[in-house]
Amino acid sequence: MPEKFHLQVVTPNRIFFEGEAEFVEMKTGEGRIGIYAGHEPMTVILDPGVLAIRNGEQIKKAALHTGFAEILPEKVSVIAEIAEWPEEINKNRAEEARIRAQRKLETGEDERTLLQADMALKRALARLEVLK
Amino acid sequence: MASMREIKRRKDSIANTQQITKAMKLVATVKLQKARGKAEEGKPYSEFVYNVVRSILAKTPGIDHPYLKSGNGGKHAAIVITSNRGLAGGYNSNLVKLVMQKNWPKDQVEIYAIGRKGRDALERQGYKIAEYYSEVINEPLYKDAMEIGSKLLKEYKNGQVGEIHLFYTSFKNTVTHIPTVKRLLPVEDMSGEQIPADAQAIMNYEPDEETVLNAVIPKYMTSLIYGALLESLASENGARMAAMDAATGNAEEMIEELALLYNRARQGTITQELTEIIAGAQAIQ
Repeated sequence: MPEKFHLQVVTPNRIFFEGEAEFVEMKTGEGRIGIYAGHEPMTVILDPGVLAIRNGEQIKKAALHTGFAEILPEKVSVIAEIAEWPEEINKNRAEEARIRAQRKLETGEDERTLLQADMALKRALARLEVLK
Repeated sequence: MASMREIKRRKDSIANTQQITKAMKLVATVKLQKARGKAEEGKPYSEFVYNVVRSILAKTPGIDHPYLKSGNGGKHAAIVITSNRGLAGGYNSNLVKLVMQKNWPKDQVEIYAIGRKGRDALERQGYKIAEYYSEVINEPLYKDAMEIGSKLLKEYKNGQVGEIHLFYTSFKNTVTHIPTVKRLLPVEDMSGEQIPADAQAIMNYEPDEETVLNAVIPKYMTSLIYGALLESLASENGARMAAMDAATGNAEEMIEELALLYNRARQGTITQELTEIIAGAQAIQ
């Protein structure tokens, strides 16, 4: 039985998740990372992506959009500006957002629009992945 | 002495006003409860962001970053959070006074007004209103704070604005609200503060301190703005509740006084009528 650690996911409006976890996976600017208890202290920036929380047999998934995480050996805190459970996501809207963002990426000219479209695309993909 | 009819009219009018103030007090009480709940829900997040920023800054004192350097000239930007409606006692005027006490030259200040009352008052004083958000204060959303924050950050980065200050009313409890000013950027010097023991552990930053700071400070700003919006809303309703409670009490007092005057006037007319009748009867005899 693996060791557990305390996980806290906080958003501006609520405490999104608080409880024990064995393993948590998230997406950082450098790629996906997985964390078990006893990890070395670290602060990372998060990219829009999926947050997966495993506790025993149970796996919970959520979509995260921009934030950062503070990792300590017995405690992990995820601070996200927006976090959503799968049941809070509207699939059609996410799909539309993905198409819209892709179109913009193809036709957009200046750097800012491209950057925005890229972020929007990442968010939409994160949402869709959680629903899978 | 005023006539009976006049006193009665005045009394009725005060009773009407009292009814309104009573209703306003009830509405403010309900809104206060709601706003207070929201403000408390938002606290863990902003405390978290604050702690992370503080521990990064405390551990890496030599950091050279535009968000931390003060004195790079430019104007003062002031975010001023007031209400859209009045009848809240000194709530709005206290905050406007706080802005003016700073004694910044008026042409060196750009006001980002949230709430109509503050905008009107500062505009009358001759300050320049750079931006005005009226709807935000009715129902503050995190998205609003993000929008305001990123706009100001852009101005800060391109050198238009040298310092960003946040004026809001801090909510201590139902009766105590304190007009407060906080400097958002450059980030206030926190090196003198005590760091909790658990934050002193060696922390690694991925990819590095500066990148993390770059990502966290805008969030830190946004969370402070959002927190200030929520607290101001709670304070506004608290102030309105107190003001309306006092008004209802004053109206009650005035009604009592007028009731006394009214009865005296009534007694006076009865006495006068009686003396007139008796005098008339005696004249016939």
